[in-house]
Amino acid sequence: MKLHTISLFLTLTAFWLLNSGHNTLLILLLGLASVLLVLVIVHKMDVVDHESQPLHLTRNLFSYYLWLTKEIIKANIIVVKHIWLGNKSISPTLRRIKISQKTDMGKVIYANSITLTPGTVAIDLIDDEVVVHALLKQDIESLLAGEMDRRVSQLER
Amino acid sequence: MDIIINISGALFLLMGSFLCISGGVGLLRFPDFYTRMHAVGVTDTLGAGMILIGLMCYSPDFLTFSKLVMILLLTLLIGPTTSHVLAKAAMHNNLMPKLQQEDNIEETSSSNY
Repeated sequence: MKLHTISLFLTLTAFWLLNSGHNTLLILLLGLASVLLVLVIVHKMDVVDHESQPLHLTRNLFSYYLWLTKEIIKANIIVVKHIWLGNKSISPTLRRIKISQKTDMGKVIYANSITLTPGTVAIDLIDDEVVVHALLKQDIESLLAGEMDRRVSQLER
Repeated sequence: MDIIINISGALFLLMGSFLCISGGVGLLRFPDFYTRMHAVGVTDTLGAGMILIGLMCYSPDFLTFSKLVMILLLTLLIGPTTSHVLAKAAMHNNLMPKLQQEDNIEETSSSNY
């Protein structure tokens, strides 16, 4: 809890400083006041926890993002290719895919990663299955192969 | 050094514009709601990303740069959320996607033109 509050304070301060760019004492004090006000409000709302400040993910998050960026670029090239090839080349598919993540956070990261990759959209999440619509059949097949699923599970640990 | 940053910025902007145009073409060209959403996915991930990276190359100071980074992160968070919500809303209102069927591929794809 304490750690999460400190991390939220640092994030808010950095956000405020980067957005403002003014360095006079009055403005800085007003900024500090607004950051503290936000901290008080979020404590009253009781939303400062491992879900809003997922510090435990930080360790593996960077390498996951690098991998995801690579995947997004690959998927973008494929989708753009099929846009210019036209309707005959696509094979829209709808399918349920089993997911192995235990926590809500892991499920959300997985579903969001699916949607972020062009060519696949996560439509619904029912218990431990996610309904995915894909532009191409091979996108579904590569999701079924489970590379992304494995990496998100690794991140979650 | 300056000239390298300038040229790479221009290249990023050019690629970003191409990807955005491709997304727009796909939006008009694809047969149904769900496939069109995939085309928009190109625009709001790598299309917007490339343009923002291109603009970062031209940013005069650190503040502008950091604001562009924030915009990029925000787009990457909002993009998938909105497309998921759209898809879910469409699904809940019983808009069924046109799916590929092995036996009448010819028929489904020709009826879309």
